[in-house]
Amino acid sequence: MMSCHQATQLLSEKLDRPLNTKEKVALGVHTTICPPCRRFSQQMEELRSISKRYTQDPDAT
Amino acid sequence: MTNANLSSEAGYSHAAGIFLNAEFMNDLRLQMIKFARVQVRDEQLAEDAVQEAMLSAYQNIERFSRQAALKTWVFSILKNKLIDLLRKEKRHTAASQLEDGPNINGEELIEKLFNEHGHWQKNERPQKWDNPDHGVENAHFWRVFDACLNALPEKYSRFFMMREFLEMDTAEICHNEEVSVSNLNVTLYRARLRLRECLEDSWYQKEKSS
Ligand SMILES: [Zn+2]
Repeated sequence: MMSCHQATQLLSEKLDRPLNTKEKVALGVHTTICPPCRRFSQQMEELRSISKRYTQDPDAT
Repeated sequence: MTNANLSSEAGYSHAAGIFLNAEFMNDLRLQMIKFARVQVRDEQLAEDAVQEAMLSAYQNIERFSRQAALKTWVFSILKNKLIDLLRKEKRHTAASQLEDGPNINGEELIEKLFNEHGHWQKNERPQKWDNPDHGVENAHFWRVFDACLNALPEKYSRFFMMREFLEMDTAEICHNEEVSVSNLNVTLYRARLRLRECLEDSWYQKEKSS
């Protein structure tokens, strides 16, 4: 079983490269049983969408 | 400048109104300079990129009927110019030479967040992100976001901005900054860990903690 440290690292790398099948399965199992990492996963997606808005939102920068 | 592309006189004068709004244009210019300077450290090059982006917006003046449209457009031009600059410039301050800086980084950060088995420390577990509903305006969020970004060590924020704002791919960043893929991955991971925590503490959870 993967640790939260390893899971969060993969959740970050997922934003930078395609994960392989083995990684996807291990990560899927971990986030299914680990609510904090599930939340972390959503927040990584949110961080990316915030970053995209950074140069588009008239109120930003 | 050519006005051959002007579709209608009315469209032109509407767009011209935006360009004639000195306050808006000056704010926009300052925002662009700030954005350019954090990524390209040579001030003159940053200013030049901003001027060129402004100029090309002016040459396409009839496209813009809203301030937001102009801003989006001019920033996408600016981003491309910054990427070009970063590509060309063999950096005298390659990020590989940047210090990690003070504050909690690297291994220390990991030890603070995770226990000896690699699981979340109880008080470090990510919390639900609710937008505060005390009527704060959007601009306030961006000030918090800026502060969190500025709190990162230089190398972290630089890689993060290249990846997320300029949307460069990892191979390109590694090539440009002369770092290995694994070094880049670890740095981006740590930058995101710290940004996540900072946003949670300073924005999403602010009401509960104060
Ligand atoms: Zn976990």
